[in-house]
Amino acid sequence: MGFLDYAPAPESTSILNLKKSYGLFIGGEFVEGRGSSFATISPSSEETIALVAEASDADIDDAVKAARGALTKTWSKMPGSERGKYLFRIARIIQERSRELAVAESLDNGKPIRETRDVDIPLVAAWFFYYAGWADKLEYAGLGQKPQALGVAAQVIPWNFPLLMLAWKIAPALAAGNTVVLKPAETTPLTALLFAEICQQAELPSGVVNIVTGAGATGAALVSHPDINKVAFTGSTAVGRNIAASLAGSDTRLTLELGGKGANIIFDDAAIDQAIEGIISGIFFNQGHVCCAGSRLLVQENIHDDVMNRLQSRLSTLRLGDPLDKNTDIGAVNSKAQLERITEIANSGDSEGATRWTASCDIPAQGFWFPPTVFTNVQTSHRIARDEIFGPVLSVLTFRTAEEAIAKANNTPYGLSAGIWTEKASRMLAIADKLRAGVIWANTFNKFDPASPFGGYQESGYGREGGRHGLAAYLEGGSWKGGAK
Amino acid sequence: MSRLSIPKTYKLFIGGKFPRSESGHTYEVTTSGGKFLANAALASRKDARDAVVAARAAQPGFASLTAYNRGQILYRIAEVLEGRREQFVAEIMASEGVRAGGANKQVDDAIDTWVWYAGWADKYAQVVGNGNPVSGPFFNLSTPEATGVVAAVAPQSGSANSLLGVSAVIAPMLVSGNTVVVLANHTQPLSAISFAEVLATSDVPGGVVNILTGDVAAVMPWLASHADVNALDLSGGADLEWVSWSQDAAQTLKRVLPPSDGVPLRALERVTFFTELKTVWHTKALG
Repeated sequence: MGFLDYAPAPESTSILNLKKSYGLFIGGEFVEGRGSSFATISPSSEETIALVAEASDADIDDAVKAARGALTKTWSKMPGSERGKYLFRIARIIQERSRELAVAESLDNGKPIRETRDVDIPLVAAWFFYYAGWADKLEYAGLGQKPQALGVAAQVIPWNFPLLMLAWKIAPALAAGNTVVLKPAETTPLTALLFAEICQQAELPSGVVNIVTGAGATGAALVSHPDINKVAFTGSTAVGRNIAASLAGSDTRLTLELGGKGANIIFDDAAIDQAIEGIISGIFFNQGHVCCAGSRLLVQENIHDDVMNRLQSRLSTLRLGDPLDKNTDIGAVNSKAQLERITEIANSGDSEGATRWTASCDIPAQGFWFPPTVFTNVQTSHRIARDEIFGPVLSVLTFRTAEEAIAKANNTPYGLSAGIWTEKASRMLAIADKLRAGVIWANTFNKFDPASPFGGYQESGYGREGGRHGLAAYLEGGSWKGGAK
Repeated sequence: MSRLSIPKTYKLFIGGKFPRSESGHTYEVTTSGGKFLANAALASRKDARDAVVAARAAQPGFASLTAYNRGQILYRIAEVLEGRREQFVAEIMASEGVRAGGANKQVDDAIDTWVWYAGWADKYAQVVGNGNPVSGPFFNLSTPEATGVVAAVAPQSGSANSLLGVSAVIAPMLVSGNTVVVLANHTQPLSAISFAEVLATSDVPGGVVNILTGDVAAVMPWLASHADVNALDLSGGADLEWVSWSQDAAQTLKRVLPPSDGVPLRALERVTFFTELKTVWHTKALG
């Protein structure tokens, strides 16, 4: 064994107590779905974890009815302080069951246990704890004297941070007094179903949270249901466009958190070793399955070679493999389809003339894997510099002046995130002013917090999640949209 | 013998200049009684695109002015409008068929609208921004900034508020530093173009406000689908194809403000609707 080889240290799955198959969570109970069922698999082993119901249109109708009933009969009549107590209970149960949730998430998603244990699940608990405290303080949120809940929210979330995205959606919605029907991603339903059990343990009134599982068609049926008041979607820009078009002219409120092609800008005066860590957490965190990933590295020309050498050296120490191993840095790609997409776009980098470098690591025989990959000699017109890859692929471009860095960073229809690495605070603030992105990390990257609003400009969507501003997505402040004849 | 008056040629307002429509087309504007008043320019698709180019070119500079400076520019608009009150009163009386009292009231409201929004320029960010107490050694601040280029439909016929309508739509967008392409009231476009003369003499940089007259239904689809327009204000679109424009806008995920019933009310939310919230994290360390 070399000094970088560690003995395997897998987290045990004995903490899990999974059922062989799961129904839908509607009206506070698990019910059989009326559609077919499908398997959710572990992307690292391709083994089936459990069977999950595919909600039919009738099931979705039942779920919306349950949410509507809970809204009118219990949730809207309950004082905010009582709603908040349920959210506090949920936060505490998540903390109590955090290891179990971390193992389940790593198993179902393929991301390393180090991330689910230290990032995803702690943030999930923090999100519920944060919004729990807002439930009886909504009149202080800056949204009018008597802000009102919107009603029933239809929420559709992606597979990259399954339980965390659930928390981003459900915690503010419930705090604001809405009831919800949430559809987790087809490939990662497991922790949402465990969350349904947590709602039961917390004795949350039935129908306040409903979980329907399924694929894209289920999501489409949910967001187009006539009796919903709000749609919240996190996912691809293509689907976001369709939802926005389908809701055009209706009173249904919409927030969208979509794709990105974030620029991570490294100046020559940056603390380079810290910047290297930032580059890696920017694009290789969660296998690059991050909408706000720093997937375009903009490095000042005079330090390009030095940064590449250090980056490649550091990447060579990352360990790819079993997501449940505590030493694993890079887990499995979430699905075969996603692996194919990453492979296809990366191949376009070769054919368009960029230079590929791949970290040398053993790829397990089973499962879906893509090694950390860096493209240099990338032009702004290349697909790998324009399209969201949603995988562990970094495209490196160079710049000479701050103005050029800003122009290149903004050269995208997306506008979700950006990073700036410099020791000069005045330059950082001047550049942050000019970047068209909703979240800017200076000398850090991929940090999330329930108190901090998150969301994009332009084709990265609209609305914010997190913080005081996250409440606005689930409250109606007053009738300012009217006019006078 | 009485002196023959000199009627004004009403043109478009694009990039700080007053061009005719590139199409060469005009349309007849009449009094409420049907008497000829003027030939207004009938803006074409190309005019709309030129206006977007002008608005985009002006946007970064206008947004980077200090908030205090933008507030003074908005207040200056109110000053110059007040100074030209008689002209607007006469024009409104002729084109909208209202008496002097009603016309004066509309000019009063338009001026007061500009003053009200002028005061927001250096305050709204304090009200809607936020310092965020994140769990870690980070400075974390959320501040709003302009969305970019907005295409707007001013309140249309029926509201009989051609000056107030265009003011109530434009003013809140300018507070944060957006630039605007606005389609004036189709049947009563004259005071909107005269208002462009106010803008042109009020320290408003060329291209910040672009005013088009003509057939809203013909031009708006091009603006709704234009990839360099960031947001739509469909305040005056209630009786037009605003849903279809909203669907077009979805393809580039524009922010879309749906129609108002009449002239939009003054509201801070009209300012913030055309802003984006930017959150900046920065590490904290002693060494």
